[in-house]
Amino acid sequence: MAADWVRRIAVNHREWVFWIVAIALPLLFPGKLLLINEIAILALFALSLDLLLGYAGIISLGHAAFFGVGAYAAGLLAKHGLAEPLVGLLLSAAAAAVLGFLTSFLVLRGSDLTRLMVTMGIGLMLLELANRFDTITGGADGLQGVVMAPLLGLFAFDLAGRTACAYSMAILLVLFLLARRLVRSPFGLSLRAVKANRLRAVSVGVPADTRLVTIYTIAAAYAGAAGALLAQTTQFVSLDVLDFHRSADVLLVLVLGGSGYLYGGLIGAAIFKVMQDWLAAQTPQYWQFWIGLLLVVIVLAGRERVAVAIRRRWTALTRRFAGEPTP
Amino acid sequence: MSLALETVALCKSFGALAATREVSLRVARGARHALIGPNGAGKTTLINLLTGVLRPDAGRVLLGGTDITELAPHTRARRGMTRTFQINQLFAGLTPLESVALAIFERHRFGRHWWRPLASHTAVMDEAAALLQRFGLANAAHTPVATLPYGRQRLLEIAVAIAGQPHVLLLDEPAAGVPEDERHEILSIVKGLPGDVAVLLIEHDMDLVFSFARRISVLVDGSLLVEGAPDEVAGDPRVRAAYLGEAPLG
Repeated sequence: MAADWVRRIAVNHREWVFWIVAIALPLLFPGKLLLINEIAILALFALSLDLLLGYAGIISLGHAAFFGVGAYAAGLLAKHGLAEPLVGLLLSAAAAAVLGFLTSFLVLRGSDLTRLMVTMGIGLMLLELANRFDTITGGADGLQGVVMAPLLGLFAFDLAGRTACAYSMAILLVLFLLARRLVRSPFGLSLRAVKANRLRAVSVGVPADTRLVTIYTIAAAYAGAAGALLAQTTQFVSLDVLDFHRSADVLLVLVLGGSGYLYGGLIGAAIFKVMQDWLAAQTPQYWQFWIGLLLVVIVLAGRERVAVAIRRRWTALTRRFAGEPTP
Repeated sequence: MSLALETVALCKSFGALAATREVSLRVARGARHALIGPNGAGKTTLINLLTGVLRPDAGRVLLGGTDITELAPHTRARRGMTRTFQINQLFAGLTPLESVALAIFERHRFGRHWWRPLASHTAVMDEAAALLQRFGLANAAHTPVATLPYGRQRLLEIAVAIAGQPHVLLLDEPAAGVPEDERHEILSIVKGLPGDVAVLLIEHDMDLVFSFARRISVLVDGSLLVEGAPDEVAGDPRVRAAYLGEAPLG
Protein backbone atom coordinates (compact mmCIF):
# COMPACT_ATOMS: atom_id res chain seq x y z
CA MET A 1 0.00 0.00 0.00
CA ALA A 2 2.84 2.37 0.82
CA ALA A 3 4.33 1.70 -2.61
CA ASP A 4 1.01 2.54 -4.17
CA TRP A 5 1.10 5.89 -2.46
CA VAL A 6 4.64 6.61 -3.53
CA ARG A 7 3.54 6.05 -7.10
CA ARG A 8 0.64 8.43 -6.65
CA ILE A 9 2.72 11.35 -5.45
CA ALA A 10 5.84 10.90 -7.53
CA VAL A 11 6.29 13.31 -10.42
CA ASN A 12 4.66 11.53 -13.32
CA HIS A 13 5.82 11.77 -16.90
CA ARG A 14 2.94 14.06 -17.91
CA GLU A 15 4.18 16.65 -15.46
CA TRP A 16 7.69 16.38 -16.88
CA VAL A 17 6.33 16.88 -20.39
CA PHE A 18 4.31 19.89 -19.24
CA TRP A 19 7.29 21.68 -17.74
CA ILE A 20 9.68 20.77 -20.55
CA VAL A 21 7.20 22.27 -23.02
CA ALA A 22 6.72 25.31 -20.78
CA ILE A 23 10.44 25.95 -20.53
CA ALA A 24 10.92 25.33 -24.26
CA LEU A 25 8.27 27.90 -25.22
CA PRO A 26 10.43 31.04 -24.80
CA LEU A 27 13.17 29.36 -26.85
CA LEU A 28 10.74 28.34 -29.60
CA PHE A 29 8.99 31.70 -29.75
CA PRO A 30 11.63 34.33 -29.02
CA GLY A 31 9.35 36.99 -30.49
CA LYS A 32 6.62 36.25 -27.95
CA LEU A 33 8.55 36.70 -24.72
CA LEU A 34 6.31 39.49 -23.44
CA LEU A 35 3.24 37.34 -24.06
CA ILE A 36 4.83 34.37 -22.31
CA ASN A 37 5.70 36.63 -19.39
CA GLU A 38 2.05 37.68 -19.17
CA ILE A 39 0.95 34.04 -19.33
CA ALA A 40 3.29 33.09 -16.49
CA ILE A 41 1.97 35.95 -14.34
CA LEU A 42 -1.67 35.12 -15.05
CA ALA A 43 -0.89 31.44 -14.42
CA LEU A 44 0.54 32.28 -10.99
CA PHE A 45 -2.51 34.40 -10.22
CA ALA A 46 -4.84 31.57 -11.27
CA LEU A 47 -2.76 29.07 -9.26
CA SER A 48 -3.38 31.26 -6.25
CA LEU A 49 -7.14 31.19 -6.85
CA ASP A 50 -6.98 27.43 -7.37
CA LEU A 51 -5.54 27.01 -3.86
CA LEU A 52 -8.66 28.73 -2.57
CA LEU A 53 -11.35 27.44 -4.88
CA GLY A 54 -10.00 24.07 -5.92
CA TYR A 55 -8.70 22.95 -2.55
CA ALA A 56 -10.55 24.91 0.13
CA GLY A 57 -13.81 25.56 -1.73
CA ILE A 58 -13.66 29.32 -1.21
CA ILE A 59 -14.95 31.20 -4.23
CA SER A 60 -13.79 34.78 -4.78
CA LEU A 61 -14.69 37.60 -7.12
CA GLY A 62 -12.23 39.99 -5.55
CA HIS A 63 -8.94 38.20 -5.88
CA ALA A 64 -7.50 41.19 -7.74
CA ALA A 65 -7.32 42.93 -4.35
CA PHE A 66 -4.25 40.88 -3.47
CA PHE A 67 -2.82 41.06 -6.98
CA GLY A 68 -3.19 44.83 -6.87
CA VAL A 69 -1.70 45.25 -3.41
CA GLY A 70 1.28 43.16 -4.49
CA ALA A 71 1.67 45.21 -7.65
CA TYR A 72 1.48 48.58 -5.87
CA ALA A 73 3.80 47.38 -3.08
CA ALA A 74 6.40 46.27 -5.62
CA GLY A 75 6.03 49.46 -7.66
CA LEU A 76 6.26 51.73 -4.62
CA LEU A 77 9.24 49.86 -3.17
CA ALA A 78 11.11 50.20 -6.46
CA LYS A 79 10.12 53.82 -6.86
CA HIS A 80 11.33 54.67 -3.38
CA GLY A 81 14.71 53.07 -3.63
CA LEU A 82 14.27 49.34 -3.04
CA ALA A 83 14.90 48.27 -6.63
CA GLU A 84 16.18 44.74 -5.90
CA PRO A 85 13.51 42.52 -7.59
CA LEU A 86 13.63 39.46 -5.32
CA VAL A 87 13.50 41.41 -2.06
CA GLY A 88 10.73 43.54 -3.52
CA LEU A 89 8.83 40.43 -4.56
CA LEU A 90 9.07 38.93 -1.08
CA LEU A 91 7.94 42.13 0.64
CA SER A 92 5.07 42.61 -1.80
CA ALA A 93 3.86 39.05 -1.27
CA ALA A 94 4.09 39.68 2.47
CA ALA A 95 2.00 42.85 2.15
CA ALA A 96 -0.68 40.94 0.25
CA ALA A 97 -0.51 38.17 2.85
CA VAL A 98 -1.21 40.66 5.64
CA LEU A 99 -4.28 41.92 3.78
CA GLY A 100 -5.28 38.31 3.11
CA PHE A 101 -4.98 37.39 6.77
CA LEU A 102 -7.04 40.39 7.88
CA THR A 103 -9.83 39.84 5.35
CA SER A 104 -9.87 36.03 5.68
CA PHE A 105 -12.10 36.29 8.74
CA LEU A 106 -14.83 37.77 6.54
CA VAL A 107 -15.04 34.73 4.27
CA LEU A 108 -14.89 31.97 6.92
CA ARG A 109 -18.64 31.56 7.06
CA GLY A 110 -21.45 31.97 4.64
CA SER A 111 -22.58 30.58 1.33
CA ASP A 112 -20.82 30.91 -2.00
CA LEU A 113 -23.00 33.92 -2.77
CA THR A 114 -21.99 35.70 0.44
CA ARG A 115 -18.35 35.01 -0.30
CA LEU A 116 -18.70 36.29 -3.87
CA MET A 117 -20.24 39.52 -2.61
CA VAL A 118 -17.82 40.03 0.31
CA THR A 119 -14.70 39.41 -1.80
CA MET A 120 -16.07 41.60 -4.60
CA GLY A 121 -16.80 44.34 -2.09
CA ILE A 122 -13.26 44.24 -0.71
CA GLY A 123 -11.90 44.42 -4.26
CA LEU A 124 -14.03 47.45 -5.09
CA MET A 125 -13.01 49.21 -1.88
CA LEU A 126 -9.33 48.75 -2.60
CA LEU A 127 -9.76 50.05 -6.14
CA GLU A 128 -11.40 53.21 -4.83
CA LEU A 129 -8.75 53.62 -2.14
CA ALA A 130 -6.00 53.44 -4.77
CA ASN A 131 -7.94 55.94 -6.85
CA ARG A 132 -8.47 58.30 -3.90
CA PHE A 133 -4.88 58.27 -2.61
CA ASP A 134 -3.45 59.31 -5.95
CA THR A 135 -0.56 61.15 -4.32
CA ILE A 136 0.81 57.73 -3.39
CA THR A 137 -0.48 55.54 -6.21
CA GLY A 138 -0.51 58.01 -9.07
CA GLY A 139 -4.28 57.45 -9.36
CA ALA A 140 -5.63 57.20 -12.88
CA ASP A 141 -2.28 58.21 -14.38
CA GLY A 142 -0.64 55.14 -12.92
CA LEU A 143 2.51 54.81 -10.88
CA GLN A 144 5.37 56.32 -12.83
CA GLY A 145 9.08 56.07 -12.24
CA VAL A 146 9.34 52.40 -11.35
CA VAL A 147 12.88 51.35 -12.20
CA MET A 148 14.11 47.89 -11.31
CA ALA A 149 17.68 46.93 -10.53
CA PRO A 150 19.11 44.01 -12.52
CA LEU A 151 17.88 40.59 -11.37
CA LEU A 152 20.45 39.06 -8.95
CA GLY A 153 22.60 42.07 -9.83
CA LEU A 154 23.35 40.45 -13.20
CA PHE A 155 20.41 40.49 -15.58
CA ALA A 156 18.95 43.88 -16.49
CA PHE A 157 15.30 43.98 -17.53
CA ASP A 158 15.40 44.38 -21.32
CA LEU A 159 12.75 45.61 -23.75
CA ALA A 160 12.44 42.24 -25.50
CA GLY A 161 11.42 40.71 -22.16
CA ARG A 162 14.15 38.10 -21.90
CA THR A 163 14.88 38.71 -18.22
CA ALA A 164 11.21 39.34 -17.45
CA CYS A 165 10.14 36.06 -19.02
CA ALA A 166 12.83 33.98 -17.32
CA TYR A 167 12.18 35.69 -13.98
CA SER A 168 8.39 35.17 -14.06
CA MET A 169 8.68 31.59 -15.19
CA ALA A 170 11.26 30.78 -12.51
CA ILE A 171 9.06 32.29 -9.79
CA LEU A 172 6.03 30.45 -11.18
CA LEU A 173 7.91 27.16 -11.13
CA VAL A 174 9.19 27.63 -7.56
CA LEU A 175 5.80 28.69 -6.20
CA PHE A 176 4.09 25.91 -8.15
CA LEU A 177 6.38 23.31 -6.59
CA LEU A 178 5.67 24.73 -3.13
CA ALA A 179 1.91 24.64 -3.79
CA ARG A 180 2.28 21.09 -5.06
CA ARG A 181 3.90 20.01 -1.81
CA LEU A 182 1.30 21.84 0.20
CA VAL A 183 -1.75 20.25 -1.43
CA ARG A 184 -0.30 16.76 -1.15
CA SER A 185 0.52 17.07 2.54
CA PRO A 186 -1.68 16.38 5.58
CA PHE A 187 -2.49 20.10 5.52
CA GLY A 188 -3.75 19.82 1.94
CA LEU A 189 -5.76 16.75 2.87
CA SER A 190 -7.45 18.64 5.69
CA LEU A 191 -8.34 21.47 3.30
CA ARG A 192 -9.95 19.04 0.87
CA ALA A 193 -11.84 17.52 3.78
CA VAL A 194 -13.16 20.91 4.89
CA LYS A 195 -14.18 21.62 1.30
CA ALA A 196 -15.97 18.29 0.95
CA ASN A 197 -17.74 18.29 4.32
CA ARG A 198 -16.95 20.92 6.90
CA LEU A 199 -19.28 19.42 9.53
CA ARG A 200 -17.53 16.07 9.38
CA ALA A 201 -14.05 17.56 9.14
CA VAL A 202 -14.66 19.47 12.36
CA SER A 203 -16.00 16.37 14.07
CA VAL A 204 -12.74 14.50 13.46
CA GLY A 205 -10.81 17.40 14.98
CA VAL A 206 -9.91 19.60 12.00
CA PRO A 207 -9.84 23.26 13.12
CA ALA A 208 -11.61 24.38 9.95
CA ASP A 209 -11.42 28.12 10.61
CA THR A 210 -7.68 28.08 11.28
CA ARG A 211 -7.04 26.04 8.14
CA LEU A 212 -9.12 28.40 6.00
CA VAL A 213 -7.39 31.49 7.41
CA THR A 214 -4.03 29.88 6.64
CA ILE A 215 -4.81 28.98 3.04
CA TYR A 216 -6.47 32.33 2.40
CA THR A 217 -3.34 34.08 3.63
CA ILE A 218 -1.09 31.87 1.50
CA ALA A 219 -3.27 32.38 -1.58
CA ALA A 220 -3.16 36.14 -1.00
CA ALA A 221 0.64 36.00 -0.87
CA TYR A 222 0.67 34.08 -4.17
CA ALA A 223 -1.63 36.62 -5.80
CA GLY A 224 0.56 39.40 -4.39
CA ALA A 225 3.63 37.79 -5.89
CA ALA A 226 1.88 37.65 -9.27
CA GLY A 227 1.00 41.33 -9.00
CA ALA A 228 4.56 42.18 -8.01
CA LEU A 229 5.90 40.30 -11.03
CA LEU A 230 3.65 42.35 -13.30
CA ALA A 231 4.77 45.64 -11.72
CA GLN A 232 8.43 44.69 -11.80
CA THR A 233 8.52 43.29 -15.33
CA THR A 234 6.46 46.08 -16.90
CA GLN A 235 7.92 48.75 -14.56
CA PHE A 236 4.52 50.38 -14.35
CA VAL A 237 1.44 50.05 -12.15
CA SER A 238 -2.02 51.32 -13.03
CA LEU A 239 -5.41 51.12 -11.34
CA ASP A 240 -6.13 48.30 -13.77
CA VAL A 241 -4.33 45.86 -11.40
CA LEU A 242 -7.20 46.24 -8.93
CA ASP A 243 -10.00 46.32 -11.47
CA PHE A 244 -12.99 44.04 -11.15
CA HIS A 245 -12.39 42.53 -14.59
CA ARG A 246 -9.10 41.12 -13.33
CA SER A 247 -10.90 39.17 -10.59
CA ALA A 248 -13.48 37.96 -13.10
CA ASP A 249 -10.82 37.04 -15.67
CA VAL A 250 -8.83 34.91 -13.25
CA LEU A 251 -11.98 33.01 -12.26
CA LEU A 252 -12.69 32.50 -15.96
CA VAL A 253 -9.14 31.29 -16.53
CA LEU A 254 -9.51 28.75 -13.71
CA VAL A 255 -12.84 27.51 -15.04
CA LEU A 256 -11.31 27.17 -18.53
CA GLY A 257 -8.44 25.07 -17.23
CA GLY A 258 -10.28 23.32 -14.42
CA SER A 259 -9.77 23.68 -10.68
CA GLY A 260 -8.48 21.30 -8.06
CA TYR A 261 -5.44 19.83 -9.79
CA LEU A 262 -3.05 22.83 -9.85
CA TYR A 263 -2.37 22.69 -13.60
CA GLY A 264 -5.79 24.08 -14.48
CA GLY A 265 -4.80 27.67 -13.79
CA LEU A 266 -1.63 27.30 -15.85
CA ILE A 267 -3.37 25.72 -18.82
CA GLY A 268 -6.29 28.14 -18.57
CA ALA A 269 -3.90 31.11 -18.51
CA ALA A 270 -2.18 29.90 -21.66
CA ILE A 271 -5.49 29.34 -23.49
CA PHE A 272 -6.85 32.70 -22.36
CA LYS A 273 -3.79 34.75 -23.27
CA VAL A 274 -3.12 33.01 -26.57
CA MET A 275 -6.75 33.39 -27.62
CA GLN A 276 -6.68 37.01 -26.54
CA ASP A 277 -3.48 37.60 -28.47
CA TRP A 278 -4.67 35.80 -31.61
CA LEU A 279 -8.30 36.95 -31.65
CA ALA A 280 -7.36 40.51 -30.83
CA ALA A 281 -5.30 40.51 -34.03
CA GLN A 282 -8.30 39.19 -36.01
CA THR A 283 -11.13 41.14 -34.42
CA PRO A 284 -9.60 43.73 -32.11
CA GLN A 285 -12.93 44.91 -30.74
CA TYR A 286 -14.84 41.67 -30.36
CA TRP A 287 -12.31 39.13 -29.15
CA GLN A 288 -14.13 38.68 -25.86
CA PHE A 289 -17.11 37.30 -27.81
CA TRP A 290 -15.08 34.19 -28.60
CA ILE A 291 -13.75 33.83 -25.05
CA GLY A 292 -17.35 34.11 -23.88
CA LEU A 293 -18.51 31.46 -26.34
CA LEU A 294 -15.73 29.10 -25.28
CA LEU A 295 -16.65 29.62 -21.62
CA VAL A 296 -20.32 28.83 -22.23
CA VAL A 297 -19.45 25.69 -24.20
CA ILE A 298 -17.01 24.46 -21.56
CA VAL A 299 -19.32 25.08 -18.64
CA LEU A 300 -22.45 23.68 -20.29
CA ALA A 301 -20.92 20.73 -22.08
CA GLY A 302 -18.43 19.92 -19.34
CA ARG A 303 -14.67 19.92 -19.77
CA GLU A 304 -14.42 16.13 -19.99
CA ARG A 305 -16.94 15.91 -22.78
CA VAL A 306 -15.20 18.64 -24.77
CA ALA A 307 -11.88 16.87 -24.31
CA VAL A 308 -13.36 13.51 -25.30
CA ALA A 309 -15.02 15.02 -28.39
CA ILE A 310 -11.75 16.61 -29.49
CA ARG A 311 -9.88 13.35 -28.91
CA ARG A 312 -12.45 11.36 -30.91
CA ARG A 313 -12.30 13.84 -33.79
CA TRP A 314 -8.52 13.67 -33.67
CA THR A 315 -8.47 9.86 -33.79
CA ALA A 316 -10.92 9.86 -36.70
CA LEU A 317 -8.76 12.39 -38.50
CA THR A 318 -5.52 10.47 -38.00
CA ARG A 319 -7.28 7.24 -39.06
CA ARG A 320 -8.41 8.87 -42.29
CA PHE A 321 -4.91 10.07 -43.01
CA ALA A 322 -3.59 6.63 -42.27
CA GLY A 323 -6.06 5.27 -44.82
CA GLU A 324 -8.01 3.20 -42.31
CA PRO A 325 -11.78 2.95 -42.51
CA THR A 326 -13.59 5.05 -39.92
CA PRO A 327 -15.79 2.98 -37.66
CA MET B 1 -17.60 4.76 39.01
CA SER B 2 -15.41 7.02 36.95
CA LEU B 3 -17.29 8.83 34.24
CA ALA B 4 -16.23 9.24 30.62
CA LEU B 5 -19.05 11.61 29.78
CA GLU B 6 -21.53 13.45 31.91
CA THR B 7 -24.18 16.08 31.34
CA VAL B 8 -25.54 18.21 34.16
CA ALA B 9 -29.09 19.56 33.78
CA LEU B 10 -28.67 20.21 30.06
CA CYS B 11 -31.42 22.36 28.50
CA LYS B 12 -32.07 23.44 24.93
CA SER B 13 -35.13 25.04 23.39
CA PHE B 14 -35.97 25.98 19.83
CA GLY B 15 -38.50 28.76 20.27
CA ALA B 16 -41.36 27.32 22.27
CA LEU B 17 -40.18 23.74 21.76
CA ALA B 18 -38.11 22.40 24.64
CA ALA B 19 -36.02 19.79 22.84
CA THR B 20 -33.83 18.97 25.82
CA ARG B 21 -35.06 19.37 29.40
CA GLU B 22 -32.74 19.08 32.37
CA VAL B 23 -30.93 16.07 30.96
CA SER B 24 -28.38 14.63 33.36
CA LEU B 25 -26.76 11.68 31.65
CA ARG B 26 -23.82 9.70 33.03
CA VAL B 27 -21.77 7.44 30.80
CA ALA B 28 -19.13 5.33 32.53
CA ARG B 29 -15.67 4.60 31.12
CA GLY B 30 -15.82 1.71 28.70
CA ALA B 31 -19.61 1.77 28.87
CA ARG B 32 -21.91 0.10 26.39
CA HIS B 33 -24.69 2.58 26.82
CA ALA B 34 -27.74 3.01 24.62
CA LEU B 35 -29.97 6.02 24.34
CA ILE B 36 -33.42 5.20 23.05
CA GLY B 37 -36.68 7.03 22.72
CA PRO B 38 -39.57 7.53 20.37
CA ASN B 39 -39.22 9.73 17.29
CA GLY B 40 -38.89 13.38 18.20
CA ALA B 41 -37.70 12.62 21.73
CA GLY B 42 -34.64 14.85 21.23
CA LYS B 43 -31.94 12.24 20.72
CA THR B 44 -30.18 14.00 17.86
CA THR B 45 -30.43 17.36 19.64
CA LEU B 46 -28.71 15.79 22.62
CA ILE B 47 -25.89 14.47 20.41
CA ASN B 48 -25.49 17.91 18.86
CA LEU B 49 -25.25 19.41 22.35
CA LEU B 50 -22.65 16.84 23.37
CA THR B 51 -20.49 17.43 20.30
CA GLY B 52 -20.81 21.21 20.35
CA VAL B 53 -22.75 21.63 17.11
CA LEU B 54 -25.39 23.27 19.31
CA ARG B 55 -24.83 25.35 22.45
CA PRO B 56 -27.05 24.51 25.42
CA ASP B 57 -29.27 27.20 26.98
CA ALA B 58 -28.29 25.90 30.40
CA GLY B 59 -26.36 23.04 31.93
CA ARG B 60 -22.90 21.61 31.44
CA VAL B 61 -21.13 18.88 29.51
CA LEU B 62 -18.19 17.12 31.12
CA LEU B 63 -15.75 14.92 29.26
CA GLY B 64 -13.60 12.79 31.56
CA GLY B 65 -14.47 15.19 34.37
CA THR B 66 -13.44 18.33 32.47
CA ASP B 67 -16.02 20.95 31.58
CA ILE B 68 -16.20 21.17 27.78
CA THR B 69 -19.45 23.14 27.51
CA GLU B 70 -17.72 26.14 25.95
CA LEU B 71 -15.34 24.25 23.67
CA ALA B 72 -15.59 24.27 19.87
CA PRO B 73 -16.60 21.01 18.14
CA HIS B 74 -13.11 20.31 16.77
CA THR B 75 -11.56 20.77 20.23
CA ARG B 76 -14.00 18.24 21.69
CA ALA B 77 -12.97 15.78 19.01
CA ARG B 78 -9.33 16.39 19.89
CA ARG B 79 -10.14 15.80 23.55
CA GLY B 80 -11.32 12.32 22.63
CA MET B 81 -15.00 12.43 21.72
CA THR B 82 -15.96 11.52 18.17
CA ARG B 83 -19.23 10.66 16.54
CA THR B 84 -20.93 9.10 13.58
CA PHE B 85 -23.92 10.59 11.83
CA GLN B 86 -27.41 9.26 11.26
CA ILE B 87 -27.14 10.42 7.64
CA ASN B 88 -23.70 9.68 6.18
CA GLN B 89 -21.32 12.60 6.47
CA LEU B 90 -18.37 11.50 4.38
CA PHE B 91 -15.83 13.32 2.23
CA ALA B 92 -17.03 13.04 -1.35
CA GLY B 93 -13.72 13.94 -2.99
CA LEU B 94 -11.57 11.72 -0.78
CA THR B 95 -10.87 8.00 -0.83
CA PRO B 96 -11.61 5.84 2.22
CA LEU B 97 -7.88 5.63 2.92
CA GLU B 98 -7.57 9.43 2.88
CA SER B 99 -10.70 9.84 5.00
CA VAL B 100 -9.35 7.59 7.73
CA ALA B 101 -5.82 9.01 7.44
CA LEU B 102 -7.23 12.51 7.92
CA ALA B 103 -8.62 11.55 11.31
CA ILE B 104 -5.32 9.92 12.32
CA PHE B 105 -3.32 12.98 11.22
CA GLU B 106 -5.54 15.22 13.32
CA ARG B 107 -5.19 12.90 16.30
CA HIS B 108 -1.41 13.28 16.04
CA ARG B 109 -1.79 17.06 15.46
CA PHE B 110 -0.09 16.58 12.07
CA GLY B 111 -2.90 18.34 10.26
CA ARG B 112 -0.99 21.55 9.70
CA HIS B 113 2.18 19.85 8.48
CA TRP B 114 2.51 20.96 4.91
CA TRP B 115 5.92 19.86 3.67
CA ARG B 116 5.97 16.06 3.69
CA PRO B 117 3.55 14.30 1.34
CA LEU B 118 0.95 11.94 2.79
CA ALA B 119 2.79 8.86 1.61
CA SER B 120 5.95 9.69 3.52
CA HIS B 121 3.99 9.51 6.79
CA THR B 122 4.23 5.74 6.59
CA ALA B 123 3.15 5.06 10.19
CA VAL B 124 -0.10 6.96 9.67
CA MET B 125 -0.82 5.48 6.25
CA ASP B 126 -0.12 1.95 7.55
CA GLU B 127 -2.42 2.52 10.51
CA ALA B 128 -5.12 3.80 8.16
CA ALA B 129 -4.72 0.76 5.92
CA ALA B 130 -4.88 -1.59 8.92
CA LEU B 131 -8.06 0.07 10.15
CA LEU B 132 -9.71 -0.29 6.73
CA GLN B 133 -8.64 -3.94 6.75
CA ARG B 134 -10.40 -4.43 10.11
CA PHE B 135 -13.57 -2.90 8.68
CA GLY B 136 -13.42 -5.04 5.56
CA LEU B 137 -12.79 -1.97 3.42
CA ALA B 138 -9.23 -2.79 2.36
CA ASN B 139 -10.05 -3.48 -1.28
CA ALA B 140 -12.04 -0.25 -1.51
CA ALA B 141 -9.21 1.85 -0.02
CA HIS B 142 -8.76 3.89 -3.20
CA THR B 143 -12.36 3.87 -4.44
CA PRO B 144 -13.89 7.35 -4.38
CA VAL B 145 -16.19 7.50 -1.35
CA ALA B 146 -19.18 8.61 -3.41
CA THR B 147 -19.14 5.40 -5.46
CA LEU B 148 -19.06 3.02 -2.47
CA PRO B 149 -22.23 0.96 -1.86
CA TYR B 150 -24.35 2.30 0.98
CA GLY B 151 -23.44 -0.49 3.42
CA ARG B 152 -19.71 0.19 2.87
CA GLN B 153 -20.27 3.91 3.40
CA ARG B 154 -21.97 3.10 6.69
CA LEU B 155 -18.90 1.12 7.79
CA LEU B 156 -16.57 3.92 6.70
CA GLU B 157 -18.69 6.35 8.71
CA ILE B 158 -17.74 4.37 11.83
CA ALA B 159 -14.13 3.80 10.74
CA VAL B 160 -13.52 7.55 10.41
CA ALA B 161 -14.85 8.10 13.94
CA ILE B 162 -12.75 5.26 15.36
CA ALA B 163 -9.57 6.50 13.66
CA GLY B 164 -9.47 9.37 16.13
CA GLN B 165 -9.03 6.78 18.94
CA PRO B 166 -11.77 8.34 21.04
CA HIS B 167 -12.43 7.77 24.73
CA VAL B 168 -16.08 8.41 24.00
CA LEU B 169 -17.77 7.36 20.78
CA LEU B 170 -21.26 8.53 19.89
CA LEU B 171 -22.99 6.32 17.36
CA ASP B 172 -26.07 7.96 15.86
CA GLU B 173 -28.19 5.15 14.41
CA PRO B 174 -25.29 3.27 12.81
CA ALA B 175 -27.59 0.70 11.22
CA ALA B 176 -30.04 3.22 9.76
CA GLY B 177 -30.99 2.30 6.22
CA VAL B 178 -28.67 -0.70 6.05
CA PRO B 179 -30.32 -3.70 4.36
CA GLU B 180 -31.09 -6.67 6.60
CA ASP B 181 -28.37 -8.93 5.18
CA GLU B 182 -25.62 -6.35 5.76
CA ARG B 183 -26.67 -5.46 9.31
CA HIS B 184 -24.61 -8.19 10.93
CA GLU B 185 -21.44 -6.48 9.66
CA ILE B 186 -22.33 -3.24 11.43
CA LEU B 187 -23.37 -5.24 14.48
CA SER B 188 -20.10 -7.15 14.70
CA ILE B 189 -18.07 -3.96 14.18
CA VAL B 190 -20.00 -2.21 16.95
CA LYS B 191 -19.63 -5.21 19.25
CA GLY B 192 -15.93 -5.45 18.50
CA LEU B 193 -15.13 -1.86 19.47
CA PRO B 194 -12.24 -1.59 21.96
CA GLY B 195 -13.34 -2.25 25.53
CA ASP B 196 -11.86 0.96 26.96
CA VAL B 197 -13.95 3.16 24.66
CA ALA B 198 -17.21 4.38 26.15
CA VAL B 199 -19.85 3.93 23.48
CA LEU B 200 -23.13 5.82 23.51
CA LEU B 201 -25.45 4.27 20.97
CA ILE B 202 -28.52 6.09 19.69
CA GLU B 203 -30.65 3.57 17.89
CA HIS B 204 -34.16 2.61 16.84
CA ASP B 205 -33.27 -0.97 16.09
CA MET B 206 -34.14 -2.72 19.36
CA ASP B 207 -32.36 -5.93 18.38
CA LEU B 208 -29.15 -3.97 18.08
CA VAL B 209 -29.81 -2.07 21.32
CA PHE B 210 -30.54 -5.12 23.43
CA SER B 211 -27.75 -7.22 21.99
CA PHE B 212 -25.21 -4.47 22.60
CA ALA B 213 -26.12 -2.28 25.56
CA ARG B 214 -25.36 -3.03 29.18
CA ARG B 215 -27.13 0.13 30.21
CA ILE B 216 -30.04 1.95 28.61
CA SER B 217 -31.38 5.47 29.01
CA VAL B 218 -34.82 6.32 27.69
CA LEU B 219 -35.42 9.83 26.43
CA VAL B 220 -39.03 11.00 26.08
CA ASP B 221 -40.10 14.53 25.18
CA GLY B 222 -36.63 15.89 25.84
CA SER B 223 -36.18 14.48 29.33
CA LEU B 224 -34.70 11.27 30.68
CA LEU B 225 -37.52 8.98 31.68
CA VAL B 226 -35.76 5.84 32.86
CA GLU B 227 -32.21 4.61 33.12
CA GLY B 228 -31.10 1.12 33.99
CA ALA B 229 -30.02 -2.33 32.88
CA PRO B 230 -31.72 -3.64 29.72
CA ASP B 231 -34.10 -6.00 31.53
CA GLU B 232 -35.19 -3.29 33.97
CA VAL B 233 -35.87 -0.88 31.13
CA ALA B 234 -37.69 -3.49 29.05
CA GLY B 235 -39.96 -4.28 31.98
CA ASP B 236 -40.68 -0.69 32.94
CA PRO B 237 -44.34 0.20 32.41
CA ARG B 238 -43.56 3.89 31.73
CA VAL B 239 -41.28 2.91 28.88
CA ARG B 240 -43.94 0.64 27.44
CA ALA B 241 -46.40 3.51 27.67
CA ALA B 242 -44.03 5.89 25.93
CA TYR B 243 -43.53 3.42 23.12
CA LEU B 244 -47.19 2.49 22.82
CA GLY B 245 -48.07 2.36 19.19
CA GLU B 246 -44.44 1.85 18.19
CA ALA B 247 -42.56 -1.41 17.89
CA PRO B 248 -42.59 -3.26 21.25
CA LEU B 249 -39.32 -3.50 23.14
CA GLY B 250 -37.20 -6.60 23.27
